[in-house]
Order: sequence, then structure tokens, then C-alpha cells
Amino acid sequence: MKAYIVRRLLLIIPTLFLVSVFIFIILRLLPGDVALIILTGGGTTQIDPQQYAELKEQLGLNDPWHVQYINWVWGMLRLEGGDSLWTGNPVFEDISRALPATIQLTIMALLISLVIAIPVGILSAMHRNSPLDYGMRVVAISGLAMPDFLVGAMIVLVLILTVNWIPPLDYAGFFENPASNLQQMIWPAVILGYIQAAFLARMIRSTTLEVLGQDYIRTAWSKGLASRHVYIRHALRNALLPVITVAGIQTAQLLGGAVIVENIFAIPGLGFKLLEAIVNRDWVTLQTVVTIFALAILLINLFIDLLYGWLDPRIRYG
Amino acid sequence: MRNEQTNTIAAGLADTAFGAVRRWGARGARFARSNPVAAAAALVLVVLGVLAAFGPLISPFDPLEFHSKDRFASPSGTYLMGTDEFGRDQFSRLIGGTRSVFTIAVTSVAIGVTLGALIGLLSGYYGGWLDSILQRVMDSMMSIPLLVLTLAILAMLGRSDLNVVGAIAAVNVPIANRVIRSAALSVKEEPYIAAARALGASDWRISLRHIGPNVLAPYLVIVTTQISWAIIVASALSFLGVASPPPEPSWGRMLSEGAREFAERAPWLAVFPAVFVFLSVLSFNLVGDVLRDSLDPRLRGR
Repeated sequence: MKAYIVRRLLLIIPTLFLVSVFIFIILRLLPGDVALIILTGGGTTQIDPQQYAELKEQLGLNDPWHVQYINWVWGMLRLEGGDSLWTGNPVFEDISRALPATIQLTIMALLISLVIAIPVGILSAMHRNSPLDYGMRVVAISGLAMPDFLVGAMIVLVLILTVNWIPPLDYAGFFENPASNLQQMIWPAVILGYIQAAFLARMIRSTTLEVLGQDYIRTAWSKGLASRHVYIRHALRNALLPVITVAGIQTAQLLGGAVIVENIFAIPGLGFKLLEAIVNRDWVTLQTVVTIFALAILLINLFIDLLYGWLDPRIRYG
Repeated sequence: MRNEQTNTIAAGLADTAFGAVRRWGARGARFARSNPVAAAAALVLVVLGVLAAFGPLISPFDPLEFHSKDRFASPSGTYLMGTDEFGRDQFSRLIGGTRSVFTIAVTSVAIGVTLGALIGLLSGYYGGWLDSILQRVMDSMMSIPLLVLTLAILAMLGRSDLNVVGAIAAVNVPIANRVIRSAALSVKEEPYIAAARALGASDWRISLRHIGPNVLAPYLVIVTTQISWAIIVASALSFLGVASPPPEPSWGRMLSEGAREFAERAPWLAVFPAVFVFLSVLSFNLVGDVLRDSLDPRLRGR
């Protein structure tokens, strides 16, 4: 088991290396130039060529690519990540400031989705082809067809029309001001949670149906167990196994999907940071954020595999 | 004599054509009865497809034309879906948006999925070090969240429709690669592949002529599901304001401006784009589901 974990962790290194090279090369082919944007403010004003050359030199844009790459990776290994080309702060400092909001959003969305999806999926499977089942399936499949920006826009529209909602201007962390924080976070979390719930409920329904057809469920019924026991102790535990994998992958995607809702609701999380970096061509921040996303996804995948083995004793990693 | 013959042939042809139409009609009617939801979805797609293809002929106004007297006009006989802050006709703009988003989605998916499928086919067929290298590269592409990867590629290329196509195509490559590779791996072990090899067929011929057609079903399924995903991403990018710049109409930007800026003054500016996005994505999903069910032999007859 320990050997397996070590091997998986070691395998992360080449993948992460490829991700970093990949994103580095993509961004280096970028036709835009951050020095130009800083000097002109994105406009078309004339710039002083000498000032431009100095700024380029200062930002290290004149070094050969491999030097820039090694500097960047070395900076990440020292947990600094170089200075942002836009804010001037070390990138890791910017990121650690943005991270709590995104993590909180992800956790809230995950909780909301599980609270909705598990009962809905199971009830839908238990009462298959009943009106309840059809209703739930319609809601679930519409959820699949509603991308986050669509649900976000509709919620904003309804909020503005009903409670004269205005987009919040400043953001308070959860530990500074829980009430105002939750007020701001609840809608984005509901949006992401609903979309994820739609996906998970469909999945839970089909795995539950599959499990309910198994021999051991018939055995459980014929032993005369109470239906509560059959459903919860025998069916649910087995039906949830594949769901965990999917929920994990979805959570990883949520980290990235937060770009849109963070933008709509002005939450200064990682997604907001990312969009800001793209608009400003701040490639130091951009490549670091992308690499961190990739690392998070790889770690979540590993965690899911381990959880899977722990929940299902038949699976053993050697 | 000759004339008579021509007439008979023409009549025969007309008969055949008529028969074909009737057969297709009957088949369509049977499908609509057995699966009304999917049939409705297919109909929605046909309507949207016609709007996209013949947009300029159908749209009542030029989507870029200002009607300064009719700013924020609510939906009416003249302006079916109202007008925006410059008095531009929203229905015409939505048609323009349909045209642009469908073009982007279809071309990017066609390019990306085909490229990914070819890589998957070669990778699965040859195996060995080629497979290892290609799959590591694909893994690294897959471990970046899709929207983030698209955004990064778009940042590199700049804001234009062509670049959105490039970015979405690139993200489709690893997805198609994985599905087609695993399909190719299982087809490769079939006896008829060994038979082809025994007959002296080249690797090239085996992979394209023998394995290729047998992975067509998963290929078609990925194409449909990825098109609905591409519509979502293309709209999300314009929603975030990083796709092609105004004034060209796009669903995402219309939705974003409608909901955030004009919600109180003109709620229809957000509602109609939302309806277009919702219906197109839902329809592609439903049709994709039916396609998957009918093409996947494991689900057939259930």
C-alpha cells in the first residue's frame, strides 16, 4: 500500500513536468506582450522605446526561453513562483490570498450537490418510472443542459427583478464576517451545486438500479430484512462506489469551473485571478495557476483511488 | 418511342424518389411515436441549423443596424424579441449568434475530434513507446481543467472566432484520443484483424480500412456530445468577454450584458439568449443520448 502511494506520487512528477512545459511553451508563443500592456494600459498611446526595453529587461522577458523556464520552475519549488507581472507580488502570495474563497466555494458546492443528488437519485431508482422519477429526470437533464453561466445569468436576473440585488463590491472572508461572506457565496455555490447534482443524480439512479438487480439484494429481501435495511445497508453502499469517482472528477473540474461564477459574483478566488491574468497577459501568474490546478487534479485523483480501495475491500493496490 | 422511354424512366425515377421520401417519412413518424422527446429535440436542431445556414435570408433586420428611435423596445410584431440598447433587433442578432456559434462548434469539433481519433487509432494500434509518449502528452493536457486550457490557448492567440475554434479543437483532441484508443485496442484483438494481417495488408491499411470503420460508432457519439460542449464553451468564452469582440452578435455576450446591465430595463435581453443556449444544448444532449443507445451494441434492444 505504501509502495503504491509512493509510486503514484512519483508518477505525478513527469505529468506535472509535461503540464508545465506545455503551458510554458503555449504562453511563450503569445503574440501579446505584457510590457506593452503595462506601458499603454491596453490602449494605443505612443510609448518610449527605451522605457519599453528597460521594462522588458527588468521583467526578464529578454532571457532565452530555457532560462526563463528554469527560473520559473525553481521559483515554484521554493514556493515563491516568481513575481506577478501585473501586481508585482510573488505569485504564491497572490494565490494563497485567492485560494480560500475557491476552496470554500468548491466545498459548499460539493455539499449542496451531495445533499440533493443522493436522495433524489435513490428515490428515483426506488420508484422507477413513477411520476416522481420522471419529474426528477426532467429536472436533472435540464440541469445538464444549463451551463453555469446560463444559470448564473438567470439567477442574477431574478435577484435583480425581485429583491433589487446589486452585485457586491467588496468581499469578506468567511472568518472575518461569516454572514456577509455566506450571503455572497450562497448563490454561486447553489449554481455549481445544482449543475453537479444534476449529473450525480442521474449517475446514482443508474448505479442504484444496477445494484438493485443483483443477487445479494434478492437474498437480502428473501431473508426478510426491512426495506430500510436493504436499501441503505446493502444497496446504497455499493451504489455509491462508482459515484465517488465521478464526484471526484467533478470536484476537480469545479475548481476550474469556478472561473465563471466567481466572475459573475465578484468573488476574488482563483478563477477570478486566472481571468485577470489572462486579460493582462500576466503569464507568470497564469502558468503558475494552471500548474497548481493540474497538481490539484492529480492529487484528487489519487485520493479518490485510495478512498475507493478503502471502501471496497475487493480492490487492493499492490 | 424514345420519348415514351424517357417518360417511363422519368416516371420510374419519380416513383423511386417518392417512395424514398415516403419511406423516410414513415421511418421518421415511427421514430417520433416511439421517442417523442428525441424527435422534438431533432426538430429543434433542424430549425436551429436552418437559422444558422440561411440566417441572412431569414433575419428581418441587419443584426448590426441601429434603430435609434426604438431603443429597448419590448418584443412586438416588428421586433419579435425586442431590441437592445442601440435599438438593434434582438431576433436578428440571435440568428447571427446561432450562425457563429454553430460554425465554431461544428468546425472545432470536426477538427479536434478527428485529429484526436487519428492519434488514438495510431496510438492504440502501434502501442509500445509511441503509445506511451502520446498518452503521457494527452494525460498532461487532460489534467488541466478544460475551460482553463481553452482560456490559456485563447490568451495566446488573441480574441477572434478562428482562435476560439483552435482552442476548442485543441481541447477536444485528448478526449477523442482516449475514447478511440480504447475502442481501437479492443478491435485490434478481433480475429478479422489477424485475418487481414495474414492476407498481407499493410499496417496503414489495417488501421484505416479495418479498424477505422469499426470505431466509427464511438466517434459519432463523441462528435455529438462534444458539439454541445463546444456550444457551451464558445458561449462561456464570449460571456466572459474573451471571445471575438463586439459588435458581432454572440449568445454569451448578449446573455451577460442582458442579465448584468439591462435586467430591470429589458429582461427580454437576457431571457431570449438563455432560451437559445438552453434549447440547443439540451437538444444536442438528447439526440446524443439516442445515438449512443442505438450505436452501442451493449445497450441495443433494451
